[in-house]
Amino acid sequence: MSNDNTGHSGYEPVIGLEIHAQLKTNSKMFCSDSTVFEALDNDNTSPVSVGMPGTLPVVNGRAIEFSIKTGLALGCEIRKKSVFARKNYFYPDLPKGYQISQYDQPLCEKGKVSFRVDGQERTISIERAHMEEDAGKSNHFGEYTLVNYNRAGIPLLEIVSGPDIRTAAEAAEYARTVRQILRYLDVCDGNLEEGSLRCDCNVSVRKVGAPKFGTKVEIKNINSFRFVEKAIDYEIQRQIEAVERGEKIIQETRLWDPDKNRTFSMRTKENAQDYRYFPDPDILPILVTSEMIQKFRAELPELPLARLARFVSAHGLPEYDAGVLTAEKEVAEYYEAVAGVSKNYKASSNWIMTELLRELNQNNLSITQSPISPDHLGQMIQLIDAGTISGKMAKTVFLEMWATQKDPATIVKEKGLVQITDTSAIEKIVDEVLAANAGQLADYRSGRTKLFGFFVGAVMKASKGQANPELVNKLLQDKLKAP
Amino acid sequence: MDLLQASFSEIASAVKSKKISAVETTRFFTKRIEQFDSKLNSFITLDRTAETQAAAIDARIAKGEDPGPLAGVPWGIKDMFCTKGLRTTAASKILENFVPPYDATVVARLRSSGAVVLGKLNQDEFAMGSSNETSAFGVCRNPWNTKLVPGGSSGGSAAAQAARLCAGSTGTDTGGSIRQPASFCGIVGVKPTYGRISRYGIVAYASSLDQAGPMTNTVADAALALEVMSGRDGRDGTTSTLKVPAFAKDLNSQVKGLRVGVIREYMKTEGLHPDVLKTVQKALETLRTQGAEIVEVSVPLTEYSVPVYYLIAASEASSNLARYDGVKYGYRARFESLAELDLDEFYGRTRGEGFGKEVKRRIMLGTYCLSSGYYDAYYNKAGQVRRMLRDQFREAFAKCDVILSPVTTAPAFAIGDRISDPLAMYLNDIYTVSTNLAGLPGMSVPFGMSSDNGSGSLPIGVQLTAAHFAEQTMLNVGLALELASGLKGKVADVQR
Repeated sequence: MSNDNTGHSGYEPVIGLEIHAQLKTNSKMFCSDSTVFEALDNDNTSPVSVGMPGTLPVVNGRAIEFSIKTGLALGCEIRKKSVFARKNYFYPDLPKGYQISQYDQPLCEKGKVSFRVDGQERTISIERAHMEEDAGKSNHFGEYTLVNYNRAGIPLLEIVSGPDIRTAAEAAEYARTVRQILRYLDVCDGNLEEGSLRCDCNVSVRKVGAPKFGTKVEIKNINSFRFVEKAIDYEIQRQIEAVERGEKIIQETRLWDPDKNRTFSMRTKENAQDYRYFPDPDILPILVTSEMIQKFRAELPELPLARLARFVSAHGLPEYDAGVLTAEKEVAEYYEAVAGVSKNYKASSNWIMTELLRELNQNNLSITQSPISPDHLGQMIQLIDAGTISGKMAKTVFLEMWATQKDPATIVKEKGLVQITDTSAIEKIVDEVLAANAGQLADYRSGRTKLFGFFVGAVMKASKGQANPELVNKLLQDKLKAP
Repeated sequence: MDLLQASFSEIASAVKSKKISAVETTRFFTKRIEQFDSKLNSFITLDRTAETQAAAIDARIAKGEDPGPLAGVPWGIKDMFCTKGLRTTAASKILENFVPPYDATVVARLRSSGAVVLGKLNQDEFAMGSSNETSAFGVCRNPWNTKLVPGGSSGGSAAAQAARLCAGSTGTDTGGSIRQPASFCGIVGVKPTYGRISRYGIVAYASSLDQAGPMTNTVADAALALEVMSGRDGRDGTTSTLKVPAFAKDLNSQVKGLRVGVIREYMKTEGLHPDVLKTVQKALETLRTQGAEIVEVSVPLTEYSVPVYYLIAASEASSNLARYDGVKYGYRARFESLAELDLDEFYGRTRGEGFGKEVKRRIMLGTYCLSSGYYDAYYNKAGQVRRMLRDQFREAFAKCDVILSPVTTAPAFAIGDRISDPLAMYLNDIYTVSTNLAGLPGMSVPFGMSSDNGSGSLPIGVQLTAAHFAEQTMLNVGLALELASGLKGKVADVQR
């Protein structure tokens, strides 16, 4: 299916994303319960998080800090006074009968995110980013249901985009970019499978040029960016076909079924819930001073786009390389550590992008689990640049470092890989090779210059592969010419 | 030592100097409970560990430790306060078997000051009521005349305190629930400034209005207890960071030069019982002769305080009480089988059976007020009026240091008189709710006795209201009135 606007036979998709980011705080949004993922059922609970009588929420300052920093990184305005509200509804996994969220006075508003998709720069507006607490988890066992409240009260930041997205690919790239920023800020794991990042997509279609949006459908249960794209594409097509058949789109929530590659209806919003939002009287308004904003802004790390630009301008890397290296914060940090040792940006980038990332992928490892430390890789590049080893030897050293975690100098020594760079020593070998192959030498001098490779091979073989190839080339050229 | 009259500090110093043991003070009150509470029904649950708690305090004293300023003082705790290991019901069937694994901060502070918990006191269900008649554990009776209500919602506290079934008691006040029963039962009741005392562990009724306070026989006891209960609590983000004054030490009855305000609108109210009016006038006269200046102030919006209060309180309550759903704790309706059971039916039957009539009325009223389409007209509008009312009080307190007013329109009424007429019941709160709406401190001090119209002579309190966090001024005026009243520490005779 085409992602091009014009590929939808006169229809324009309108897409907005709601990204729920679980903030990486040690304790919950409103109490001191732990937030560790690996815990027994209902271990991370307390009277506050299960909503026992008389218990009260106390705001986690870290969650506010993380939210403000995210807001700043997303170019949002930070409200000087934001308010927590209660969203009232009954459900067994909602311990208090209301969720504490932000409603008409969210912490962050009016931001934007830029990224490149299909070679084009796109900017998507952020309507708001507000804080809320997560609910628990209901597990249904046929006749009965058990509820695990470990997740109840975990701090979430809900980042709501404007209805600016027009293609599924754009939506996925937008989500990737937001995740990248969250991970650069170190405020969210961004793990879609574990649910520390959840992505709900609002999709509608309208005739190109129509003044009003069509009826929107919300898609949930999407746990990878690839599925964001697939689910939206499916939904666009489904809606266009429905409209073409003269059907009305129902405002509803649909779930993505990754096995069947389709969305299906979860519940209609015909009897729309009345959440009876009102300001939570247990929580004083959150007051943010200019000083706080200034301080948090100063603490912001370099964000992906800025880092990419720096790698291009200051390190002289191609934009493509810089893009690959900055996609994950950890890769960028690894690269900077390698380059810091090697003092050779391009070589550092090349070794990471080719050898290292390939090995990591094949072994299903993340860069933080790399058996080769950035120090060792940097030292190895230094050895190449100093002429101690050749590029070819370096591949052997690389694999040895991967297998043994030894430093490159030790490997070179143990394996006797040291390159011969002594001109007189190489000259001696060259002379011996020429003397031993007088016939070929005569042939070469009479015009069979193709034999050059033969001589190179013979010299390298005689030196057990340790002669510096450049010197061998140079010396051979000189000697072969001279009668 | 006469434990019927002894003050907190007298009891504590006697216990600390081993003139009497904490076990003995505790037994004195548990005996009185055994003797009189069948007539009053002021306790919902007795704490069987009371003597053990007392023995622990005696043991600490024997070791030379100081258990605190309330050492060996036996307390009754309103059943809105969670007590660790001791059933806490809020006088509701929906919490009939709820045993909290934690203490409310107020209870924890009382304990760490040496207080002994005797048990849990009766009240209106979820503090919704002005007569104690909405309790799921039966009505509590007024010790001055057991045919009368003790007031509410802290009716059990006021009744037990007036009959001296405990040395001190706690109350909560959302719209007058400490002051009105204190007035009906002839004791001292203090509702401090909103934010002065932690609400942590107190079953929430209306979070922006709820405030705990002491209910005691004397102003001095109230001052000491208030000091113990007050202060910043890391578990309640709405508590004030202000330093807690030494209320007890700084207590004095000097009112010379003090400006005592009278709210013009309050004195016009029709239906004010002549004995109440007489008591208020006598109180003003007393203060004037002691050198205070009486000034008239105007707070016009008090006219709307009852409807504003009920809109806000009911709205917050409808949300606060959503947690009682039968899922995690508390009452759950009996179902043949949970399989195939509709969730709405589960909630509907559990909450339908678990809540009483008045609680359901307020949940429905509040749900309606917060509904989309009505929010602006009711909840939001009420909030606006509330802010303006607060401003009018601020202006009033520029002209005076304390406001003196009636607590209620009349002395205690008969059980059954008003329970079928909710509007008449709500009007009980006409003089008290504006204090909560504005977040101000208020108290009731016994100052008069009614003429006997067949129900016997009944106590009448006067209400003092002060500016935010000006409890000391209020307590000082309260002390001056108490000394002049001739009623200090008067214990109701339950035999009557």
